[in-house]
Amino acid sequence: MTAEVLRREPPQAPADASSRGLAERVFRIRESGIVVVLALFIAVTAGLQHRFLSASNIQFVLVNTVIFALLALGETMVVVARHVDLSVGSVLGMSAYLSANLFGSHPGIPLPVVFLVGLGIGLGWGIVNGLLVAAGRVPSLVVTLASLYIIRGIDILIVGGGMVTANTLPSAFTDIPKETVLGIPYVAIVVAVVVAAGAYYLRSFRSGRDLYAIGSNPDAAKLAGIPIGRRVFTAFALSGAIAGVAGVLWAAQYGTVDSTAGTGYELTVVTAVVVGGVAIFGGSGSAVGAALGALLLATINSALYVLGISSFWDQAIAGFLLIFAITLDRVISVRLTEALRIRSSRRAA
Amino acid sequence: MGAGEMADDDAGAPPPPGAIALSLQHAAKSFGAVQALIDGSIELRAGEVHALLGENGAGKSTLVKILAGVHQPDGGTLTVAGREVTLHGPAAARAAGIGVIYQEPTLFPDLTVAENMFIGRQPLRSGRRIDQQAMRAEAAEIFTRLGVPLDPGRIARGLSIADQQVVEIGKALSLDARVIVMDEPTAALSASEVARLFDVVRTLRAQGAAVLFISHRLEEIFEICQRVTVMRDGRHVLTADLEGLTADDLVRAMVGRELERRSRGDQAAPGETVLDVSRLTREGVFIDISLTVRAGEIVALAGLVGSGRSEVARAVFGIDRYDAGAVKVRGKPLRKASPTGAMAAGVGFVPEDRRQQGLVMDMSVQQNVALASLGRLRRAGFIRSSSEHALAADWAARLAIKYGRLTDPVSMLSGGNQQKVVLAKWLSRKPAVLIVDEPTRGIDIATKAEVHHLLLQLARDGVGILMISSELPEVLLVSDRVLVMREGRLAAEFARADATEERIIAAGTGQATEPAAGQASGQAAGQATAERSEP
Repeated sequence: MTAEVLRREPPQAPADASSRGLAERVFRIRESGIVVVLALFIAVTAGLQHRFLSASNIQFVLVNTVIFALLALGETMVVVARHVDLSVGSVLGMSAYLSANLFGSHPGIPLPVVFLVGLGIGLGWGIVNGLLVAAGRVPSLVVTLASLYIIRGIDILIVGGGMVTANTLPSAFTDIPKETVLGIPYVAIVVAVVVAAGAYYLRSFRSGRDLYAIGSNPDAAKLAGIPIGRRVFTAFALSGAIAGVAGVLWAAQYGTVDSTAGTGYELTVVTAVVVGGVAIFGGSGSAVGAALGALLLATINSALYVLGISSFWDQAIAGFLLIFAITLDRVISVRLTEALRIRSSRRAA
Repeated sequence: MGAGEMADDDAGAPPPPGAIALSLQHAAKSFGAVQALIDGSIELRAGEVHALLGENGAGKSTLVKILAGVHQPDGGTLTVAGREVTLHGPAAARAAGIGVIYQEPTLFPDLTVAENMFIGRQPLRSGRRIDQQAMRAEAAEIFTRLGVPLDPGRIARGLSIADQQVVEIGKALSLDARVIVMDEPTAALSASEVARLFDVVRTLRAQGAAVLFISHRLEEIFEICQRVTVMRDGRHVLTADLEGLTADDLVRAMVGRELERRSRGDQAAPGETVLDVSRLTREGVFIDISLTVRAGEIVALAGLVGSGRSEVARAVFGIDRYDAGAVKVRGKPLRKASPTGAMAAGVGFVPEDRRQQGLVMDMSVQQNVALASLGRLRRAGFIRSSSEHALAADWAARLAIKYGRLTDPVSMLSGGNQQKVVLAKWLSRKPAVLIVDEPTRGIDIATKAEVHHLLLQLARDGVGILMISSELPEVLLVSDRVLVMREGRLAAEFARADATEERIIAAGTGQATEPAAGQASGQAAGQATAERSEP
């Protein structure tokens, strides 16, 4: 692809082409950086504990990743537009309980309907968030922090002290995460395709690019006539809908759903997104990177478990990665700006 | 869509030069009680560069924003290419073929240059996907047409302001804009960048575009424009061919009266040295800078943009660190990198970018004025709004600041009045040394004269002033001594009597036609800064 682009370059451009090469190199490095860290983690852990690479553990990690990768896809759409959605954990929890509960109240309900219900619950909350942010012009941090608590509160009211237990769920449902194709969980493949499609949408469609533009410079987006409200609303609605679907998967994966399902997931998701190279102040990053970030966090989580290290370290390491990623992005951004500026000025001279 | 139709027009029959491309008649616009535009009219012809002149507050910006579709006028008619149009928003203005280039372009730093130009209307291929190749090719084609070597595939982050403007111009062209409005495009450009911009403007003109060009620099207007429209107090004053007009004619039309030329007059002999900078170096930025400013003296720091002038000022005031050298104020050494220390020692700093660095735009006029005096206004740890108000009212009166209420956000004031607020902020501290960086950038002519008068008045009151300025007439008008920087070094020093525009330019650009003739006669306290050899 790069070659094709280069071929169509005007002849006088070569001096400046190096600037682009630099920028692109940096971004490619940024994503391959995650892969390198991931590979290191896997290699070290596998070296210490062979069980880590067992089929069942790989499956476990992948299915765990699937839920966070989905959430990260929605979160990416929101974060590239310089917003944040903190309600995803609560939405996931409510969707998980209500959808799993359907099997008890409506025995024999078809699985697609259950997924649609989950999606609908998430979409509903996404629309509420989106309306408040886009039309009400309330900062998304405040809106989604509030809806995080509100949704969880309603969830607790609905669930009460009860829970859905795995034995009330049909095996067709709880088997979803266990079905594999060539040893790879079926859902992991589906979600990989969904994430790739999402990343492609963000990169190759006008409305997707608008989200990056909004996050890169909101004022300029307004002047450029981008329908900011509509785009931001859509991003929140999609993030909610995706969280709803993730909730159904969560129920299938864990079987037992009470009112605490998904608590704290929002922070893990934001961490995954940022570690995956999505700029926290919007404008750049990809859904694939965010999914890789989710995979990295899930791998670390599992590695610590397999190595018998306290799960306290899991959170500490996630926090460390977060700071590292943000610092790295900041440094890269500053250096890159500087480098591009110097190159531009040299060209001018 | 609209763009397609216009492209067809383009191919078929380009508008004949001289045809009326845009006409705005009797436009009015008020914001609350303020009538920003009372009777704004302008007529642009294809193939002309048309100057729009007026002091700050004359209604130029409002008129531009009406053309850009940002403001909707309360009255008046707008005709574009013979058709009456109503612009409901920026998108409508673009569809009508009007492109606006702002002084500080608003690009998306994370997106590519091509995408910045085509955002929201990227060329598509099957399935409504963006055709990256076509987009970049189209952008490249436009840059070729403009004769500028910009790579459409690089991200916009790091582009110079001049290049950012080129991207905006390219964006306007990609929209087949027949009318291009440039709102003070040269304010932040260096001389060579201005020259390049003018080449682009000439190309646009040759291709039949109508360009509306706004600038406070009259010499630029005479260089690039053919006709001029002057506005005053929200009204259209005159539209005429520039040929046969003089700068004085234009100034008279803008101000509505003869501008009294304040002469420098003879100053009292400068007093003791208040600012003593010796051998200041910040690696890679400026090297071995020594200068002094005495009480009652105005020292100008001239040189090209990027020669390190502002950086020296920032280091002296303690915003940036320096690697070697020393700064003394009234004989006492100043702590490195400590603006607080500099302020306590009696240094005031009016930065180059008043919006970003000089003011807190969302705070009120009085809060901004009081900002540097909070220590003095504090009673038991609290700031009383009444004492803030009294201080601000006093200084607003002294500097003749025009404002609605002192509690209005400072962002509501015009550029000139904002600059006066910055000055008031520092003057209320009674500084011994005042550093001003481009004190009149983007300020209209009458306010500019007031600022000059104010600086002279301050000097008479015994303040030592270090003034950075790119405007040589200003340098020559106001300063007692002129220091010229080039590539991070002091290149020359001239006494007032010896300073001429030619000499300053020669020293600043390194075309040393005459070896710094005036330096020996400067009243400089011993810093004979000879032409230094390059490393």
